[in-house]
Amino acid sequence: MTSRNSRRNAVNNLMLTLCGVCAFLTVSTLFLILGYLVYHGAKSLNPNFFVQLPLGEGQSGGGIANSILGSAEIVALATLIGLPVGFFAGVYLAEFGGKTLPFIVRYTADLLNGIPSIVIGIFAWTVVVVPMHHFSALAGALALSVMLIPITARSTEQFLLDVPRSLREGALALGANKWRTIATVIVPAARKGIMTGMILGVARISGETAPLLFTSLSNQYWSGINEPTASLPVTIFNYATSAYEDWHQLAWAAGLVLLALVLLANIAARMVISRGASVPR
Amino acid sequence: MRPFEEEFELLNDTLQEMGALVAHSVHRSVLSLVEKNEDYAHQVIRDESRIDQMEIQIDDLAASLIVREQPVARDMRLVVAAIKISTDLERMGDLAVHIAERALSLMTQPPLPETVNFGELSSLAESMVLSSLDSFVKRDAQAARGVLEQDDRVDRHRNAIQHQLTQLMQKDPSTVTRAIDYLIVARKLERIGDHATNIAEDVIFLAQGVDVRRPREAQVA
Amino acid sequence: MGTSPARITPNASPTKMPTTHTENQSQVQTATPKMRASNINFYYGSFKALHDVSLDFAANKVTALIGPSGCGKSTFLRNLNRINETLRDTRIEGEITLDGENILDKDVTEIRRRIGMVFQRPNPFPKSIFENIIYGPRINGLLKNRSAAEVVEQSLRRAALWDEVKDKLHDSAYAISGGQQQRLCIARALAVDPEVLLLDEPCSALDPIATAKIEDLLVSLKHQCTIVIVTHNMQQAARVADTTGFFLLGKLIEHDKTDVIFKNPAKKETEDYITGRFG
Repeated sequence: MTSRNSRRNAVNNLMLTLCGVCAFLTVSTLFLILGYLVYHGAKSLNPNFFVQLPLGEGQSGGGIANSILGSAEIVALATLIGLPVGFFAGVYLAEFGGKTLPFIVRYTADLLNGIPSIVIGIFAWTVVVVPMHHFSALAGALALSVMLIPITARSTEQFLLDVPRSLREGALALGANKWRTIATVIVPAARKGIMTGMILGVARISGETAPLLFTSLSNQYWSGINEPTASLPVTIFNYATSAYEDWHQLAWAAGLVLLALVLLANIAARMVISRGASVPR
Repeated sequence: MRPFEEEFELLNDTLQEMGALVAHSVHRSVLSLVEKNEDYAHQVIRDESRIDQMEIQIDDLAASLIVREQPVARDMRLVVAAIKISTDLERMGDLAVHIAERALSLMTQPPLPETVNFGELSSLAESMVLSSLDSFVKRDAQAARGVLEQDDRVDRHRNAIQHQLTQLMQKDPSTVTRAIDYLIVARKLERIGDHATNIAEDVIFLAQGVDVRRPREAQVA
Repeated sequence: MGTSPARITPNASPTKMPTTHTENQSQVQTATPKMRASNINFYYGSFKALHDVSLDFAANKVTALIGPSGCGKSTFLRNLNRINETLRDTRIEGEITLDGENILDKDVTEIRRRIGMVFQRPNPFPKSIFENIIYGPRINGLLKNRSAAEVVEQSLRRAALWDEVKDKLHDSAYAISGGQQQRLCIARALAVDPEVLLLDEPCSALDPIATAKIEDLLVSLKHQCTIVIVTHNMQQAARVADTTGFFLLGKLIEHDKTDVIFKNPAKKETEDYITGRFG
């Protein structure tokens, strides 16, 4: 009896320690990255970094203002295209259709989710860049929106399906038709979840590099929507792979800015979730 | 059988047991009168406390079944009938005691100058007691209705005895003490018949869910 | 079986005793029912959940439907406002009339306006108390002649909830207790002036005090509408219902005055169920 108990206790302690160590590793990785970025990038962070254009090769100083603006522009465009399409596709998946069509849509969305982002880049290059004969922010936005749509669709669907059936029936029982029920009860009930999914989706695509390499490329200067446009991920890639120590510094700083933005988006999403009571199940 | 069903069975069995005891008391009280048997009379008086206890036992059981099971349908009817029947049985036990006491009193006095025939009244009352209890055991509404019809005959026999005794007392006032004892006995036997009638009514309610005490037109089926 | 068990025939058996003879005659046999279900068969896919159920619902009366889980009583109730057709793979046969008109071929939203429903768990919308009440009148265009505030107050008063929530009308509907939420759902259903109110085990998630309040409410509401309640609680059926129907295995076994069902049911299955000897 006692030997069995002590064995149990030993196993228990071992597993507890193992889990603790793994949890620590997970958390420490994030802080390690954050610390590394701050250590290398912080000294380049000054007001100029945010408002100036990059300088020529080998020159020290200068900023990444065009990359920040370019990223914002591309992500905003992608959001404008991707979120509505993804949202309505999600509503369709959750609420409409028979058996086969939603199945196909859902399966396609999952496949799309799993496609490596570089493949999406090549696809956008073939479909948009090649016919137009030049790289552009628009092409980048399209590539990113192709990634955003399935993410948004699946998360929207999931949160809509999580709305208790009793709410749906409550509205229908009052004489609401299907659209009215969805628009006035179901979607509002799932609003927080849907918005969280959207914020996380946008955060996810704003860090993507590969699709942009093939589509918006980069630019040393301010650029229009129909021109090659600088973006944070591509700028980080370019600077980090360059031969100049100054540019390496700038890459670290840009990385820090990008990570900060993504973290902010995550925190915003968490705040949306936790604010107020959600629908009890 | 589930535990609560056993409790309803227990209620039923206790009631039957009490019925048998009361039937014996009634029978012995009549015998003590007719055969002038003191032992029977004393036994009737002794048994009364047991009958009283059984009434309490039945009422407790019925009350706890109401609290715990909230009986409906035939269970509800059994509980309601049990409470009412136990009251009637207890009263019958008391009446048997009263008869036994009169019998003892009469044993110390000389017989009346003329015979008063208690045979028919007592056998009728006893048969009503037995039939009503039998109809309870068998849940036989038909038999219970038969009991109801006998009630009038009991009343007629009692009236005849009362008439005879009144005349006797007028003729010969020295008989008054004895005659009053006999009058009381006749009165108690008639009351026993009434309680048997009540039991028969409860049996009809128990078996068919019908309350026969309601006005006739409301019962038209 | 056929349709006969469903009809209330209090005088059919010599053992039955109507409370008063004349009242029984007029109410049950000559009054035209508010709703009537005739020969309802209902299928979930290939599973037949209801077998030839026929049942009349007298106007301004409370009808209780009882029976063991899975007996079809809820399924039957959910056909009365056609909410079951929102489930996939269902099929119904038979006829359900409201004031003599077959609801199965009328506009479903109008039918559901006239036949309100309250569910097993309180299901207020994630909105304020005020918005919950006004939802039905708004989507049904009933606010043309009356102000929203007026409708809200009247509905909450009818559901005996006004005094408890009048100071927090714009708070979330989830901020009140479960019992209050359920009465809010009743008020929400009443706000569109339904002629029939269906309740699917409305007290199963509530404590005895909240349950008692809802039962009192139902008894007072029957002057305004016809009420059908599904319940697992037989004492509840005995307390609030004028007539009670017993379902078993998708069939209506017996429907009679509540008094008769609980004092002296005609069918052995009914008696076995209500006395706890079922199964």
